[in-house]
Amino acid sequence: MNIKQQFKEGLITNNPVLVQLVGMCSTMAITTSLFNGVGMGLSVLIILTCCNVVISALRKIIPNDIRLAIFVVIIAGFVTIVDLMLQAFVPALSDALGVFIPLIVVNCIIMARAEGFAQKSSVGASLIDGISQGLGYTLVLIAMCLIREFLGNGSIGGGLIDISNGFRITMDGTGAGIQVFNGDAYGSLFMILPLGGFITLGCLIALMQYLLRRSAEKKELKEQEAAE
Amino acid sequence: MDNLFGSLVSISLGAILINNFIFSQFLGICPFLGVSQKVDTAVGMGLAVTFVMGLASALCYVVNIVLVKLGLDYMQTLAFILVIASLVQLVEMFLKKTIPSLYSALGVYLPLITTNCAVLGVVLLNVQNSYNFIESVVYGITGGLGFLLAIVLFASVRERLQFAEYPKSFEGFPIALVSAGLLALAFMGFSGMKIF
Repeated sequence: MNIKQQFKEGLITNNPVLVQLVGMCSTMAITTSLFNGVGMGLSVLIILTCCNVVISALRKIIPNDIRLAIFVVIIAGFVTIVDLMLQAFVPALSDALGVFIPLIVVNCIIMARAEGFAQKSSVGASLIDGISQGLGYTLVLIAMCLIREFLGNGSIGGGLIDISNGFRITMDGTGAGIQVFNGDAYGSLFMILPLGGFITLGCLIALMQYLLRRSAEKKELKEQEAAE
Repeated sequence: MDNLFGSLVSISLGAILINNFIFSQFLGICPFLGVSQKVDTAVGMGLAVTFVMGLASALCYVVNIVLVKLGLDYMQTLAFILVIASLVQLVEMFLKKTIPSLYSALGVYLPLITTNCAVLGVVLLNVQNSYNFIESVVYGITGGLGFLLAIVLFASVRERLQFAEYPKSFEGFPIALVSAGLLALAFMGFSGMKIF
């Protein structure tokens, strides 16, 4: 499988959240500001890539019967590393995401890629798979954050972008974001609340199903024309 | 004693209604969406999760004390997930022997309780909130009951959903998510309630 194909699958046609429907807890829970979304996405990207590479490298010596237990231990190890690193270097992110960082252990994306891809593919392919799937996850998180934050708070890039002193990207979650309209007066509070997460994700998945169906129909039409 | 009772009531109501694991904390969404096609299986799943959550809370409380004594608290995540995995294995063997019908109904979702974020979540939250032993167990069990309530309500909604008309693109998960969102809206009525 070539690299371009893999990226296309991870980002669009086989997107972990929108098409495979895994890893939804974190997708809905933490997407209230761009800072959280980007931080969570990158953490998962790093953990997923590391786990994919290690599991793929060890795939010949892991006994088949207890492979799931071994996968869990490997994943938990990497999650602990990332958790401790975040606590040390980006404490604001660690506070904001709270229990959801250790919960990456049970994020289905990582287990699904380990079981479905890494354990039967070469190290290089698994590396690319980890990066592309992780990017696909991050993209969905960013989309969710942008929608929910904009409609709920009237701002874009809360925590991550600071424009009070010229454009600047803050790493400590203090940036106020770009205020487009007065969030207190006109923002719809429900987008920030849990139900906004459910509904936004539902609509995103529906949009994805619509687009995939349409492109499949188009392809069919083209094939028919070619046949004629 | 009075104080303990008060805190237990407040923890229970909080876990079942106000901070429901599914509708306000987003823990355990995968089985919530996966096993909610029928009410019977939803009840079975909810009970199994409640049982595992209560037991895991108790066991992990003890494990955590040992870890802290050894100065290994950074190994919490790893230790907890191993405890939960073996616990689920045990429940699976127990169900297979005693209630085979429930065992086959739950199917692949039984081993998946291991990767249910609600179970690991409740254990981690116990540590984070520094609950004592009784509070931990109560939080685990009532959290599970909240999960049971949510999944049973949702399964009954979903059974009706089969007869509803909605755009074709919403078929399957999207419409389920939107109706779960509306249920979450109903549960929001409890938020802001303070006991004691």
